[in-house]
Amino acid sequence: MNLEEYKGVYVFAQQVDNEISSIAFELLGKAKDLAKDLSTDVTAVLIGSDVKGLADQLAEYGADKVIVVDDPELKDYRTEPYAHALSSVINKYKPEIMLVGATAIGRDLGPRVSARVATGLTADCTVLEIGDFPLQAVPGQEQLHNQLLMTRPAFGGNTIATIACPYNRPQMATVRAGVMQKIEPIKGAKAVVEEFNPGFTPDNKYVEILDIVKSVAETVDIMDAKILVSGGRGVGSPENFKILEDLAEVLGGTVSCSRAVVDSGWKPKDLQVGQTGKTVRPNVYFAIGISGAIQHVAGMEESDIIVAINKDADAPIFDVADYGVVGDLNKIVPKLTEALKAEIAAAK
Amino acid sequence: MKIVVCIKQVPDTKGGVKFNPDGTLDRGAMLTIMNPDDKAGLEAALRLKDQYGAEVTVVTMGLPKAEEVLREAMAMGADKGILVTDRVLGGADTWATSTTVAGAIRNLEYDLIITGRQAIDGDTAQVGPQISEHLDIPVISYAQDIKVEGDSVIVERQYEDRYHVVKAKMPCLITALSELNEPRYMTPGGIFDAYKKELTVWGRADLKDVDDANLGLKGSPTKIAKASDKVRKGAGEKVTLDPDESVSYIVDKLKVKHVI
Amino acid sequence: MDFTLSKEHEMARSLFKEFAEKEVKPLAQEVDETEAFPRETVEKMAKLGFLGIPVPKEYGGQGCDPLTYAMCVEELSKVCGTTGVIVSAHTSLCCDPIMTYGTEEQKQKYLIPLAKGEKLGAFGLTEPGAGTDAQGQQTKAVLDGDEWVLNGSKCFITNGKEADVYVIFAITGTVEKRGRLTKEISAFIVEKGTPGFTFGTKEKKMGIRGSSTYELIFTDCRIPKENLLGQQGKGFGIAMHTLDGGRIGIASQALGLAEGALETTIAYVKERKQFGRAIGAFQNTQFQLADMATKVQAAQLLVYKAAMAKATQKVYSVEAAMAKLYAAEVAMEVTTKAVQLHGGYGYIREYDVERMMRDAKITEIYEGTSEVQRMVISGSLLK
Repeated sequence: MNLEEYKGVYVFAQQVDNEISSIAFELLGKAKDLAKDLSTDVTAVLIGSDVKGLADQLAEYGADKVIVVDDPELKDYRTEPYAHALSSVINKYKPEIMLVGATAIGRDLGPRVSARVATGLTADCTVLEIGDFPLQAVPGQEQLHNQLLMTRPAFGGNTIATIACPYNRPQMATVRAGVMQKIEPIKGAKAVVEEFNPGFTPDNKYVEILDIVKSVAETVDIMDAKILVSGGRGVGSPENFKILEDLAEVLGGTVSCSRAVVDSGWKPKDLQVGQTGKTVRPNVYFAIGISGAIQHVAGMEESDIIVAINKDADAPIFDVADYGVVGDLNKIVPKLTEALKAEIAAAK
Repeated sequence: MKIVVCIKQVPDTKGGVKFNPDGTLDRGAMLTIMNPDDKAGLEAALRLKDQYGAEVTVVTMGLPKAEEVLREAMAMGADKGILVTDRVLGGADTWATSTTVAGAIRNLEYDLIITGRQAIDGDTAQVGPQISEHLDIPVISYAQDIKVEGDSVIVERQYEDRYHVVKAKMPCLITALSELNEPRYMTPGGIFDAYKKELTVWGRADLKDVDDANLGLKGSPTKIAKASDKVRKGAGEKVTLDPDESVSYIVDKLKVKHVI
Repeated sequence: MDFTLSKEHEMARSLFKEFAEKEVKPLAQEVDETEAFPRETVEKMAKLGFLGIPVPKEYGGQGCDPLTYAMCVEELSKVCGTTGVIVSAHTSLCCDPIMTYGTEEQKQKYLIPLAKGEKLGAFGLTEPGAGTDAQGQQTKAVLDGDEWVLNGSKCFITNGKEADVYVIFAITGTVEKRGRLTKEISAFIVEKGTPGFTFGTKEKKMGIRGSSTYELIFTDCRIPKENLLGQQGKGFGIAMHTLDGGRIGIASQALGLAEGALETTIAYVKERKQFGRAIGAFQNTQFQLADMATKVQAAQLLVYKAAMAKATQKVYSVEAAMAKLYAAEVAMEVTTKAVQLHGGYGYIREYDVERMMRDAKITEIYEGTSEVQRMVISGSLLK
């Protein structure tokens, strides 16, 4: 493998039902930054059936070039034809960086492809940047420049590691949705479109899709929720939980509560967070009108981000909150919901 | 029918981490367990054994201590256990790990290989699909249901907003989600029987068709540039603002943290 | 002397612990509040072989040693005293005597379903007039043709109405012993549903409230001749020997209760703050915990020693008595201190310690009061 031959930042433009997934746009946003640091350009790899028309959207979000692999075998995602498509692109075009979304598709496609092209893959990266490897120069070892440095959580999220792939190409990374930012779309932007079809002959690795079943929304167990909007005695009444439910809805989260709320009969026990309830570790935990007694904190202190709203500045919840707001939840929460609605609409 | 199940012994990172007095991670306090996704894969194999009379072999790559998860698997009902352990295999990333495990599996007869989707220490979800690539067999990831029909498997393959019902001819590899099933407990008698059984132990020399250049730390294309442990959460920021400013403050933080 | 447990025993412990935490603990409070017999838990345990741990495999059991069985009762009792005693009474007091004294036919008919957990077992010795004075038995069994006819009643029977198979003791005559006429006592196997076998009062108890404690009433209850367990007249010896094994089970229950109380208290004192500090920082708390932990450790060693003695010795009455005596008194002391260290919260039913204290008391009383244990121990010292 002659590493010098590998140039360009490539992004796997995931599409489902011929709709480009948001993760693809987010990756293009990051790819632009990386390409700038490397003085190279951004290429989107679009794989599917009848997908050529989507190329312009990719251009609007930052792709300089789009490689389209269009074939009826690629209509719905199956590991093998997609792995064949992407590895053929990599082998022909030799990108130095290949980014894939850490989705149910990407976390299957990424490893299969990285193994096929014999390179390293780093999963669920939260930071991607260009730098040196080793980070600090080590006497007797060549320090390589312009390397992709991939930072990711490991050990169940208890360790942060920065990874490099210095001697293999492409440097491959998967990134979860919502981590990177897409750019403001440039209306009317055009990319150079190149069609490429390596040929698809079904072999033993091709599977058959018998049926596709779309999901219906179900009630979420608070232990599975990524965002919890939790209310305590301070919410005041069962009716007032509506303002928390509205906030949860706009964030795609779930409502939970403290023991006081369950004891008062406002909410059922399966929503209770705490020592005698459930232990949760969502990405974001809103503690609203919750004092933060240790019995409650024990059930949520492992949350990634804790936002507390309480009118008592001395409430112990502020000892564990990342962002504590002293104030009246009745004034703040409805306004917060409206503000978030506006933000999310604007981003679309 | 012959099933090979790949399992891994991992620290119980989900069971609640403990911190040292100085706020750093207390790794020594973590118990080791069988990785939850792998346990679900093993349970799926045992159910196929209950239904079709399959032979279930469990394979693990790790330190000698990893023998414990093999015994646990056998106490649950697996027939044979294979421990792949060797100094030169240590420090492996997913490429080197999958190369090693594939090298071990090449010595076995199998119709189906089941692995967990991901391990709770590495969290990569890469080894399963990579093993299938090395062995040149189809892979079906994210299985939420597995059935056997003649010489094929019918699997419900999970995506974010749907699932595909997929049919694949064996031999193939399936990666299991912990939601796939509720794994059975061991039985007291099963435990003592498991320890009476002979365990197969393989080293580098027993791996088939592998290159030393692809094994262990040296054979890993990804290299760790730096790593640090999380420190226990303490108090963060606290602000007292009017309602509109409070809202802006929160929205801002949510944006910075990519929540919205 | 190696005090380390084998890998197998460690793994067995982790099995029991996981089952107890996941399946038993979430129900413990409700079982206590509603006095509901945890039938679903019993069925789950049956499927995993927990109801026949020391029974040989050829009789449907797991074929493990008494230590493994003791650890099961211990781990279950850490989270729920009721569940611990259900397994203990079933295994030690019903499976064990049938295993030891039963004919092959009796083992095939009764031991196999008991060990598989398809049927639940119980032991009926105690009567209103015969507690510590077991010889005060009044229940009679008279041979009439091919049947024994039972008349009388038993009280305070664990697994009472929930069991299917009962080992019952009754007077079958008089014998002359050293110039005096004494009662001849024999043991019988009685099945639930036998005409003439009914149930009386369900007892309302201080603790182990989910345990089904009932009066058994026999009114011209006819059982087949084949249901005599062991030799006629040997009943008292069978009862005493069976209780030796039962005492190991109860000692394990007491040990588990003490350990559960200690663990939960240690966690509590680290978190509870008064005067700006965790109460675990105060020396009074520390010294109390040190004493509690030391006694619990000593109790565990006595219990395990008794279990090992049962595996290797024909007679283990003294070891069992010492284990039961000590573990029960430690359980009472540790659970009481645990409530105290929890302060006001220790008195609140939402916290587990008050239930553990209520559960612990009975371990000093049933299957031979602490006074009886002292009689057994001193009796062996002074013979």
